[in-house]
Amino acid sequence: MAAVVQEDVKCYHCGLACEGETFNLDDKSFCCYGCKTVYEILNENGLCEYYSFDKNPGVSLRHVSEDSFSYLDEPAIRKKVVEFDSDAFARVRFYVPAIHCISCIWLLENLQRLQPGVVKSEVNFAGKTVRIDFNPQQVTLSTLARLITSLGYAPKINLKPERVLNSSETKSLVIKLALAGFAFGNIMLFSFPEYLGLDQQDQSLQTIFSFLNMALAIPVTFYSGRDYFVNAWKSFKQRQINIDVPIAVGLLALFLRSVYDILFQVGPGYLDSLAGLVFFLLIGRWFQSKTYESLAFDRDYKSYFPLAVHKKVGEEWKAVVVYELVAGDQIRVRNMEIVPADCLLESESAYLDYSFVTGEAKPIWVKKGELVYAGGRLIGHPIILTVEKRTSQSHLTSLWNEAAFQKPDESKYRKIIDLAARRFTWVVLIIAVVTGCVWYVYDPARMWLVITSVLMVACPCALALATPFTYGNMLRVFGRKGLYLKNADVIERMATIDSLVFDKTGTLTHGAAQVKFIGALDDQELGWVKSLTSASTHPLSNLISRSITRNSNLTIEHFQERPGLGLEGKLAGVSIKIGSAAFTGFNGDLNDTASKVFVSMDGQVRGYFKIETQIREQVREVVTHLGDQCVALISGDQPVEADRMKSLFPPHTQLLFNQNPHDKLRYISDLQRNGGKVMMLGDGLNDSGALQQSDVGIAVTDDTGVFTPACDGILAGEQLGNLDKFLQLATSATRILKAGFVISFFYNAIALSFAVGGFLTPLIAAILMPISSISVVGFSTIAVNWKARQIFKHR
Amino acid sequence: MLIIILLIAISLTIAIIFLVAFVWSMKSGQFDDTYGPSVRMLFDDKKKESKKPK
Repeated sequence: MAAVVQEDVKCYHCGLACEGETFNLDDKSFCCYGCKTVYEILNENGLCEYYSFDKNPGVSLRHVSEDSFSYLDEPAIRKKVVEFDSDAFARVRFYVPAIHCISCIWLLENLQRLQPGVVKSEVNFAGKTVRIDFNPQQVTLSTLARLITSLGYAPKINLKPERVLNSSETKSLVIKLALAGFAFGNIMLFSFPEYLGLDQQDQSLQTIFSFLNMALAIPVTFYSGRDYFVNAWKSFKQRQINIDVPIAVGLLALFLRSVYDILFQVGPGYLDSLAGLVFFLLIGRWFQSKTYESLAFDRDYKSYFPLAVHKKVGEEWKAVVVYELVAGDQIRVRNMEIVPADCLLESESAYLDYSFVTGEAKPIWVKKGELVYAGGRLIGHPIILTVEKRTSQSHLTSLWNEAAFQKPDESKYRKIIDLAARRFTWVVLIIAVVTGCVWYVYDPARMWLVITSVLMVACPCALALATPFTYGNMLRVFGRKGLYLKNADVIERMATIDSLVFDKTGTLTHGAAQVKFIGALDDQELGWVKSLTSASTHPLSNLISRSITRNSNLTIEHFQERPGLGLEGKLAGVSIKIGSAAFTGFNGDLNDTASKVFVSMDGQVRGYFKIETQIREQVREVVTHLGDQCVALISGDQPVEADRMKSLFPPHTQLLFNQNPHDKLRYISDLQRNGGKVMMLGDGLNDSGALQQSDVGIAVTDDTGVFTPACDGILAGEQLGNLDKFLQLATSATRILKAGFVISFFYNAIALSFAVGGFLTPLIAAILMPISSISVVGFSTIAVNWKARQIFKHR
Repeated sequence: MLIIILLIAISLTIAIIFLVAFVWSMKSGQFDDTYGPSVRMLFDDKKKESKKPK
């Protein structure tokens, strides 16, 4: 291994700065062995074109663990993963979050050149999936998974195909929309002659047009508009009135009245209004249905836990599915793998990183016979464990049995729109009855005509459009600013928030720790420290080695790693010890609680590395802006940083440490019982319960591709400083929405006055309805964007 | 006036053909990935197996 002293070298493959040893090949530098290997593979197969599509297109392999995927060859698992399977042909679709550029597509679609047995591979860029057709006799599924992992595209394997369903819903909505648009355009064309005035002798044409319109309107009403009838019927059965009820009534009134008019040759009917109405309504729905397909909001612990684990069966290790584990099984877990169930440690000792479970950033040292909790990530050598409890009953996963995870999402909120719709419906019904009575007295023949007219124009199309366009636009604005919400309903809930609860590690602080050296070491010595620490797998060593930019090309002699103590080795004749105070012989004052790693050279302590997590920039600012709304900080950590946090928050904010996931959930539900509308910001599995229980649960992450617990929205870490603006914007969304309601009521009032008087001709309906829809849509779009610009301009 | 009816029949037929074509393309997944195909056509098909986009 030749390591060269160089600075600011960028890896040819992934484009990251080479921090550790630099690997050289063909005049090109690579940051790690993985990147170099990928280059070699590509080079051998004449695939270096990969590098010509994009600069440094590769995915860094530094943080990717070598997962063996051998469990994929177990028949039970294999059956769930592959889409099609036969003796000579199989098809699998892998979800690969790392797909990000043209080169990725190109490389993943040339797998057949790298691996015999691959027939064809095709990337779906939007869904970040790659579909591979292969010959199972020539290549196994695990080999495929390993191949793409070795190229830097580790597949995320999940046994539950959830995302497919969602996209088929969107598809059918688009088809309905297309049909409605098509019919709307044609019906308008066929209606024009009537409005412009047809000669008496063209009466036969008029009849033909009317019947054509009717033929076009039938699929619009009963296929495109089907959801409105279904929803209205459902809510009717539950004795509730939501926005779909008046819409369905309006649609039905429009359709029946038009059919009556046409069949009895009373008039041309209102079919153009009907088709336009459905078209606009569906546009609204489609606009609101925007989802962030590549993000997942509904993950539970299962997608974080491994699918399979190596279990001892007789004398052999066999891959088994995690949920088949029972108490007493012996399992083996390797470096960077996750412990799937509460277990007892059989090996001598191990380092476990619980950062995702408890939020505690410091890895924990577990000795033989001690309990290891499910969800911990092993760092270091492989260990053997005995299962204590099944995965579903372990300490962490029992959280998912809490009530918060059982209740459906919707029932929690009564939407503004439904409240408005309820009043609206009653008002319309009263008006219809009253005018019906009045007309019965004056002109009984026209009574039904007027009643249907009232029901028709009362159809709250504009009202129904105000919500999707306001919230849909808002969703887009939020997305542009780095807050990805699950759906538009979340905005409505965000507007009511009055209490904010924060998690600490990973949310307020960066996930990665900051390393500072306190003491005296020159550049050369720092290089030695780097060489030494990069040879170790201990998490603190990794942090230290990554923080040093100096490189040394000397070889280490007598390298030794002492678990629980530290490292030692000899470089250039100097014996270096890196590790705990006792190990290096430091005997100074130690009352500071931050993690420290001491360095001694030839028996002399030269200083220490102080490792602490850093608070995100802007946090202080945003907390000041939010002021009283910050109710609490609940952290799973030790109260090490209590003082630092106290100075950050206003005095009344509660600071709770040592909280387990159940405590967090309970704290939120207590707040809610006292009338609070709570927004929880968290990041780990341990926050899952709290995120679920809270009115709005936001997961904060630095990389939207990695695991986030189930939540209502995902916030990019660097945008945390805009939290107050997001809340402000959500509140203004409600105001904009109400203004939209006023506009739509205004149009409804005009139309109603025509209807009540019996003057509602098809022409007036055809003009009024689109105008009201368009003005509401235009208003909410412009208002939201203007407001967003205004709020984000300041500061 | 017969000619108008004929024209309408033709225009409707054509419009319906396009509608059906759209529904078919939607259902067959042609809109699932709108970015991939746009770059895929630019890749050179080199020697050995030439790769055909679907």
